[in-house]
Amino acid sequence: MAYSDKVLDHYENPRNVGTLDKDDPHVGTGMVGAPACGDVMKLQIKVSDDGVIEDAKFKTYGCGSAIASSSLVTEWLKGKTLDQASEIKNSAIAEELALPPVKIHCSVLAEDAIKSAIADLKSKQGKLN
Amino acid sequence: MIKDKARKPIYLDYSSTTPIDARVAEKMIPFITEHFGNPASRSHSFGWTAEEAVEEARDEVAKLVNADPREIVWTSGATESNNLAIKGASHFYSTKGKHILTVATEHKCVIDSFRELEREGYTATYLEPEPNGLVDLEKFKKAIRPDTVLASVMFVNNEIGVIQDIEALGNVCREQKVIFHVDAAQATGKVDIDLEKLPVDLMSFSAHKTYGPKGIGALYVRRKPRIRIEAQMHGGGHERGMRSGTLATHQIVGMGEAFRIARIEMQLENERIRKLRDKLLHGLQDMEEVYVNGDLKHRIAHNLNISFNYVEGESLIMAVKDIAVSSGSACTSASLEPSYVLRALGRSDELAHSSIRFSIGRFTTEADVDFTIQLLKEKIYKLRELSPLWDMFKDGIDISKVEWAAH
Repeated sequence: MAYSDKVLDHYENPRNVGTLDKDDPHVGTGMVGAPACGDVMKLQIKVSDDGVIEDAKFKTYGCGSAIASSSLVTEWLKGKTLDQASEIKNSAIAEELALPPVKIHCSVLAEDAIKSAIADLKSKQGKLN
Repeated sequence: MIKDKARKPIYLDYSSTTPIDARVAEKMIPFITEHFGNPASRSHSFGWTAEEAVEEARDEVAKLVNADPREIVWTSGATESNNLAIKGASHFYSTKGKHILTVATEHKCVIDSFRELEREGYTATYLEPEPNGLVDLEKFKKAIRPDTVLASVMFVNNEIGVIQDIEALGNVCREQKVIFHVDAAQATGKVDIDLEKLPVDLMSFSAHKTYGPKGIGALYVRRKPRIRIEAQMHGGGHERGMRSGTLATHQIVGMGEAFRIARIEMQLENERIRKLRDKLLHGLQDMEEVYVNGDLKHRIAHNLNISFNYVEGESLIMAVKDIAVSSGSACTSASLEPSYVLRALGRSDELAHSSIRFSIGRFTTEADVDFTIQLLKEKIYKLRELSPLWDMFKDGIDISKVEWAAH
């Protein structure tokens, strides 16, 4: 199994591991995947009143590529608006980490996690308004 | 301090293969160079010298298992021995019936020999073991039919190290007049084997699991009562016609010496290894949610197979690259299925994926075990800190009841 240096780096030193308060109205939480499939990603974003992502945290159960994909997106998300965040594509993640074809699903899962976190935030804020 | 890329991984995979003991290698070398004769050459001293060495080795192999040397047939290894025993005896006695019986947790070469016989028209039963890996005697009895010709059960399981009750299973076979084959590749030097007492008709051995060379093994074929097998390899009629082919003198000498050393040293060695294994077990059991796979009591001292819950298998393998171990995870093999042995024990896919087989051997030190405990604790802690499933477990959420979106 050959991993790219970038995957190894994120695996050895994952960025932004942690948990945000899921009840905070500024926090959106996305949980995707299934244990039986070998991958579960939890991604959380904290968004300021003007719609910019201030913080992002993740926890992932999965292979090195899944951990690296989620670690990478937490770096990318910070400072982006929600619209910019929703434009992150799995192909960009796969390219950045040089994922082999059998690991593309890890980048797909990371994209799904972003979408899921944004949807959670929007549904929360919709209820508040 | 655990990250030292220059160091070789610590070898804890002795069930996969063992290094050749230096004493064994030393004894082999003259038979590659000066004593190169063909043991089948009857007309000169080169042949006689080689033949004498082969027979001396045959004595040593027989002594370890308390058999008659005339009951030992050289093969290329346990895979060949298993093929020869299962197919050879099933073919020879096919007039008795065409049903064959084995256990779902046997080595692939036994399972595949059975599959081959199924293609030839035999009917096979693959008995499921109990959740602890042991065969239930009553279920075994019930699986035997009037047309059962052969049963094959391994002495020691290669993945979980459990020891089957060969004597009891053999007695059942004797009563039912079923030929009993035992794969003992993982048993030599680890458990006492006394073929004078054990009701076993055929037994397979391997050299390289017991500090001998790869590429050599043996099949025990009982003389009283006499068991007949059909040869798989035809040619010069070596090994009483059961296995033709020029004998590999140096390999045979190596196996003989390895088995001699095993006979003399196994008792002390196994005590030492048991202490190391127990230390490893206690060190790892400190952690929460670790599960030992297979029965602990009926198990060789050398094996520890453990699942670490809420840690994904492939990331675990990445984490423990400083030790050389085997995993039940699919990621270490060509297939995508996790270990069929652990599945047969009723372990979930997730637990099977997060399993590690540690196998300890002659050259394992206490420092190796200390390092391993520390490495595992550090990495499991880290991976669980990363795991959302671990958080859910800690929050008291039953993960099996969560509705996951499959992907």
